[in-house]
Amino acid sequence: MTGRAARIGIPVVFGVLFLVAWQAIVVGNDIKPYLLPKPTAIWAQITANIDDILKTARVTGTNALAGLVAGAVLGILAALVASRFRVVDSLLVPLAAAVNAMPIIALAPIFNTMFSTTSAVPRRLVVTLVVFFPLFVNALRGLRQVEPIHRELLDSYAAGGWTFARTVRIPGALPFVFTGLRLAASLSVIAAVVAEYFGGLQNGLGTRITSAASNTAYPRAWAYVAAACALGLLFYLVATALERIATPWRTTR
Amino acid sequence: MTAFVSLSGVTKTFRGRAGDVTALSDVDLTVTAGEFVTLIGPSGCGKSTLLRVVADLTAPTAGTVTVNGKTARQARLDQDYGIAFQQAGLMDWRTVVRNVELPLELRGWDRRRRRERALELLELVGLPDFAGARPAELSGGMQQRVAIARALATGPKLLLMDEPFGALDEMTRERLQAELARIARESGATVVFVTHSIPEAVYLSDRVVVMSPRPGRVAAVVAVALGERTDDTREAPEFFAKVTEVREALRGRAPVERR
Repeated sequence: MTGRAARIGIPVVFGVLFLVAWQAIVVGNDIKPYLLPKPTAIWAQITANIDDILKTARVTGTNALAGLVAGAVLGILAALVASRFRVVDSLLVPLAAAVNAMPIIALAPIFNTMFSTTSAVPRRLVVTLVVFFPLFVNALRGLRQVEPIHRELLDSYAAGGWTFARTVRIPGALPFVFTGLRLAASLSVIAAVVAEYFGGLQNGLGTRITSAASNTAYPRAWAYVAAACALGLLFYLVATALERIATPWRTTR
Repeated sequence: MTAFVSLSGVTKTFRGRAGDVTALSDVDLTVTAGEFVTLIGPSGCGKSTLLRVVADLTAPTAGTVTVNGKTARQARLDQDYGIAFQQAGLMDWRTVVRNVELPLELRGWDRRRRRERALELLELVGLPDFAGARPAELSGGMQQRVAIARALATGPKLLLMDEPFGALDEMTRERLQAELARIARESGATVVFVTHSIPEAVYLSDRVVVMSPRPGRVAAVVAVALGERTDDTREAPEFFAKVTEVREALRGRAPVERR
C-alpha cells in the first residue's frame, strides 16, 4: 500500500511544487501574460469556461477516440496479415515506414479539401494515420516473437495454424500491442487537437486554442491547452488500465 | 516384449554454409514398450536430433522410424507421445493449471474433465497449491515439474524428454529424477530421455545408449538392472559400477568409421 501511496503521492507533490514555483517566478519577475500567464489566471479561465471546455473536449475526445480505434484496428489487422504472409510483409513494412515518415498532421488541410469542411472525417483520418504506425510496428514485432520451444510444443500437439495463433502467437503479442496502444493513446489526442488548427469545424479544443491566441487571450488559450493535456492523460490512463486487465500475467512479476 | 519405438538406418544431414553436417549416421535402435532408455553423449553427438526424429519434429534424411506401430508422423498427429524440453516452455499468459490443460484443450476435452485431470497431475508432481499461480511466480524446478505434468496430461504411452533437468541445481535434479522414476514406473510409459549426466542416465534407465559425435552414432548400449530406484540406489556399489561402465563407454575409442 505504501508503494501505491508513493506512486500517486510523489507526482502530486511534485506537480503542486511545480505550480507554486511557476506562480512565484511569474509574479516575482513580473512576466507579462502574453509570455507566460500565472497558474491562478489559467485556473480562473478554466473555471469561467468550464462548460465550453467540457463541450469542446468531448468533441476532440470523440475524434481522437474514433481515430484511435480505427487506427488500432487497422494496425493490428495489417500486422496479423503481415505476420502470416511473407509477401504482404515485404509490401506493408516499407509502406508503413513511408506513411510514418510523412508529416501526417500536414495532411489535415488536404483532407479538409478532400472532404467537406463541415465534416469530422478529416480529423479522424489524421488521427487514424498517426495511430496506425505504432500499433502496426509493435503488434508485428509481438506476433513475430514466438519462442521456438512453443513452436515445437504446438507441433508436437499437431496443432494447425489457427490453433497456434490462438494459443501462442496472439496472447504472446498482446503485451507488445498494448505498448503500442499506450504510445498511441496520447498521440491520438495530440493529433486530434493539432488537426483542428487547419480549419474546418470550429468545435474542438484545438480551434479554441487558436482563436484565444489570436485574440491575445493567452490565459484562456492556456486553459484549453491544460484541458487538452488532461484529455491526453485520460486516454493514456485508460490504455494503461486496459493493459492491466488484458495482460494480468505481466503485473504479477 | 514389443518394440514401441524402432529406428533403422536413421541418418540426418543438416545443410550448412560450411558444407553438410552429418548429425546422425545410420542409427539403429529399438525401445520396447515400458522401457526407460536414455541417450547420452557429448554435445554434438546428435542425441537431441535423434529425439526430435522420434518426435517427428525433424525428418530424417534417410532411414525409417516407427512409433507405436505407425510412422513417426502419424504418431505425432495422433498425439501418441508427451514431450518435455530443457526449458519448461510454459506460457506466461496461462496460469499453471491452464498450462497443464493445454494438450487436453487441444484434444477437445471438456472444461470440467480437463481441470480435474490437470489438478490430479499437479498433485502428482507435488504442486497442488500452485494451480492458480502464474509461471513467472515459480522457481525453475517448479516450472519444470509443471512442464512434466503437461507432458503427462494426455496419459501418453511414450514420453520424450530432452534434458528436462539440465538447467536445475543438483538437489532439485535428484528429487525430480526420483519423481520421474516413480511416475514412469507407475504409468508404465515408455520413456526416451536425453541427458549428458552419467549418474542421471544410470539412475533412471533400463538401458543407456551411449552416442559419439561427428557423425552422431550409437557407440555402445549399457543395460542397467538396479530394480526399483530409491535414495539408496545412488549409493549402491552396482550403481557406481554402472556409472563407471557408461563413463568408459563414453571415453572408449570410437569404432572404425564405416564407409
